[in-house]
This record gives sequence, C-alpha cells and structure tokens, in this order.
Amino acid sequence: MEHYFQEEIECADSRTLRKIQDEKLVKQVKHVWDNVEYYRKKMEEKGLTPDDIKGIDDLHKLPFLSKADLREAYPYGLVGKPLKDCVRIQSTSGTTGKRVVAFYTQHDLDLWEDCCARAICAAGGTNEDVCQVSYGYGLFTGGPGLNGGSHKVGCLTIPTSSGNTERQIMFIRDLNATILCCTPSYAAYIGETMKEMGLTPDQIPLKAGIFGAEAWSEEMRQDIQKTLGIKAYDIYGLTELSGPGVAFECSEQNGMHINEDHFYAEIIDPDTGEVLPEGTQGELVFTSLDKEAFPLLRYRTRDICTLTRKKCSCGRTHVRMTKPKGRTDDMLIIRGVNVFPSQIETVLLNNGYAANYQIIVDRVNNTDTFEVKVEMTPEMFTDNIGEIENRQRALTDGLKAMLGIKAKVSLVAPKSITRSEGKAVRVIDNRKI
Amino acid sequence: MSVKQISVFLENKPGTLCSLTEVLSKNNIDIRALTLSETKDFGIVRLIVDDVLDACAVLKEEGFVNALTAVLAIVIPDETGGLNKLLKVFEENRINVEYMYATPGGKNSKAPYMIFRVTDTEAAEKALAKTGLEILDQESLY
Repeated sequence: MEHYFQEEIECADSRTLRKIQDEKLVKQVKHVWDNVEYYRKKMEEKGLTPDDIKGIDDLHKLPFLSKADLREAYPYGLVGKPLKDCVRIQSTSGTTGKRVVAFYTQHDLDLWEDCCARAICAAGGTNEDVCQVSYGYGLFTGGPGLNGGSHKVGCLTIPTSSGNTERQIMFIRDLNATILCCTPSYAAYIGETMKEMGLTPDQIPLKAGIFGAEAWSEEMRQDIQKTLGIKAYDIYGLTELSGPGVAFECSEQNGMHINEDHFYAEIIDPDTGEVLPEGTQGELVFTSLDKEAFPLLRYRTRDICTLTRKKCSCGRTHVRMTKPKGRTDDMLIIRGVNVFPSQIETVLLNNGYAANYQIIVDRVNNTDTFEVKVEMTPEMFTDNIGEIENRQRALTDGLKAMLGIKAKVSLVAPKSITRSEGKAVRVIDNRKI
Repeated sequence: MSVKQISVFLENKPGTLCSLTEVLSKNNIDIRALTLSETKDFGIVRLIVDDVLDACAVLKEEGFVNALTAVLAIVIPDETGGLNKLLKVFEENRINVEYMYATPGGKNSKAPYMIFRVTDTEAAEKALAKTGLEILDQESLY
C-alpha cells in the first residue's frame, strides 16, 4: 500500500492543485514586490506590477533570476523578511566558486522538512523505521533537510553525518537502520566497504536509500541496490530553493515528483528563454510559491531535463521530472563537445568497472587533453597483461562511442582517487582559458 | 604440483614497488622470486613468497589489487643445454610459455630454479613427469 505524508495535497486533482498554485503565486509575487527591491526593479524594467500576475498563466511574463543575480545580490539582496524573522541560513559547498547563501524563517524550514518527509514516506518510511542520515550536516542542506524530514515522519533518526565509514556500518548493523540517506557515491562506498567486510545483502538491515546531491546513473542505482539489498530512491533539490526534497522518487522509480504546491516548475529553451511544452527537454526553472525569507521567482537551475504529467501508479498527481541529464555547471566542453560526468560513469559501469573515476582536462598547444583515471578493481584485475589492455581498449572505445571524442584511459591503484565522503571530486579542469 | 604466484597491480610511477615491498617487509613476508612487467602506465609485479595466503590478505588490506596464478617452479641443472632440454619437452607437447623468470633457489632447495607460466599447466606437468626434471611444490621452494 502506498503511503503518503500529506496525501490530500500530494494526490490532489489537477484543478484543485492549479487553484492552490494560482493563489499562492499571486501572494508570492506581491510579497516579493513589497520586500525584495532587487526583483522589484527587474519587474519595473519590464513594466510589470503585481497586478499583471493573476495566476500561473501569467508566470511567463516575469523576469528570470540566475546564479549571477544571486551573486550580485549577495548576501541580503534577495532576502524577503527582516533578519529578526529569519532563523537559519544554509549554504552551497561552493565547489564551483559560487557560494550561495539561503535564508529561512521557521515557516520555510517547516515546508522544506515537509518536502523531505514526503520523500521518506515515498521510500516506504514510517514511524517504525530507523533512518540514518549520512549526508553532511552543517551549511550543506543534505543533513539538516533529511534530518528534519525524518523527524516529521517519526523515524528514529541517527544523525551520523558523513565520514567515519566503519562507525556508519556499526550503527546500521547495531541499531538496525532501515533507511539510509546520503550521496550516491557515499552509498556506493559504504556498500563497497561492507562487501569487503564479507557482509551479504541479507545481513544488512537496510531496506531503502534516499540518495541525491550529485549526478548518478541508472547503472549506479542497480549496483547500489544489489550490494546493499535495498531499493534506492533519487531525491533532487537546490539550496537556492530550500535543499533536498524539491522533487523525489516514488516506488515507480520513474522520474521524480516535484513538490509543486511549493515549487512551480517550467522548462525553457536555455538560449531564448521561451517556455517549452510538456515532454520537451530544456532548462528547468523554478518559482517558489510560498517562501518567506528567500523567495525566488523564475530561478534558472541550469539543469537539463523534461517534465511529464502522465499518470503515476503511486497515486501522486504532482508533475514528474526526469533525472537531470547534467547540470550545465557539471558539463564540460572538451574539444567543442559537451561531456557530462554521468555519461562517463555509465560507460564505466557497463564495462565492469566501479564508478570510481576522475576526469582531468588540460590544454596543451591549444588542444584540449582529456584523461579519465579509473581505479583498478579486483574483478577487473588478472595476471594477464594483454587481457587488462584489451579491457582498457574496450573502455576507451566505449567512451568514444558515448562522447564522440577520444579519452586517454589510465588505470590507477584502488582508492587512489580522492573520495571525499561527501561529494566526490570527479573533475579536474586545469585549462587556463 | 604447481605453486601459487601472487600478481599485483601497480601504477607505473616512482615509489609504488617500494610501497609494496614495505608492506611485505612490515609483515615479515619473505620474497623468493620476483619479476616486474610494465606497460606505459601500469605494471604487474609477480611474486613467489613464503606465505601466500598471509601475503594476499595483507596486500588486500593495504589496498593492493592482486590475483593468484598457478605457475611451475622447475629446477634447471646448471649445465650447458639445461634449459634447452626442458624447452624441447614443451615444444614437443605444443605447450606455450607465456612468461618465465629465474630465481637463485632457496635455502633448502638444491639448485636454482625457474618459474614458468604456461598455457596448460596440467599438460606441462604430465610431460615433465617422464623426463626426470624436478618440479618443486610450495614447501620445497625454501
């Protein structure tokens, strides 16, 4: 039986849902106009006032916000509430050098945690469950978000945060953790470590995992599900909007339901800004509908995906998004070709390697060099050098077929690639352009 | 009567072989024979050691990918034509040598011996049985 956290809204019929969205949007635009000067100016430049926005149908009139706007308005320029009403900030890891600081009132924290609670219920979580949150706690939204959601569901919450893998495994086993929340690369690492300890899936009490905050492929999901003996659910979010839980997977494991009573999604053509019809691939744009401290209207995520309103067997009516093909931030342009790390991961797993890799790009004599370092695994090692070289060649060919450009594949020692226990360092771009 | 050889994956860069011998030395594992084969960016070290299982376990623990391979340790009389006599047997029986390396012999073994990796270990053993050439087992390597 499907189990929901807020059934009434999660399964609302489309007319009811739309009415709620229309009403919330009108209020949100008014709130932004009254309190966020930065965005009011943008509206004024387009000759708009809140009266022009009567519902979702008028959303396309509003100007976009981009990461550049967030940088320019840093730190308080987009804050919609006096600081005395704000209770928390969270911040992005700043791996791309563009740190985002988001503000929350208690109301904002509540709606965020509700979204995470919906994700946990969709993964089968109830108050009978023991939920281990192995996302980093602190400025990173992963830990605090799932922690709050887990409390709302009533799970016994183990806030291990990331790192200290042996202790993670000890808690999972000793306290019978049934749900694991962390990044997919860390889940794979925990699985790998358990396998090394000689544990089989039936000796691991976990039944579900909620993994997000970085790109992962379907093959990686299959791998994690097999090693840990669980069902692995994807979760999506951005610090700008609140954190994880903006969208989440249900038992169908076929696209993520967007919590669109809080975050309205559009797909646009990234070049023209034009709104694209359902089912078309494009850039995902979000409008917060009821946030107080950090309301964002038409925020461009740079994530490329498609939306569908096709009926889902889980009963939820909220629109589903496909796994982002890659954040335009993650995308590399090598020798003029778009390369997403997730494509490389797919080829590795298809060729029998683990998803432990690092991409190194440099520019020598005006030409891009492209190297993929891959960790040797016991499964792929043999005493026969010719055979290892054949497998290396097959991998090189597979990458060429997937990406359209040739990569130099280097086999490196196990665990030699820095595996931060939060987010994996997948790309080193040494080009000085 | 084959013996077990450990093959270890190493990156082709300074210090990797030393980090391997360091682990063995720290764990009191004695190397009897060793050969190193390299490609451009990685290499395989093949080792004969006194305690195979122990060596595999500590290597795995220290993060070295390794595999066990059956090889033949054959005593080659130190005289003109000694090796030739052996290889003739292989030739007659259509046995291919993939790689081979020599070792000075252990404290207890009477003569130097060579390690052979062949296409068909069993067939090679059978063919050698008729020749009187001595094949060593794991214990008599020392």
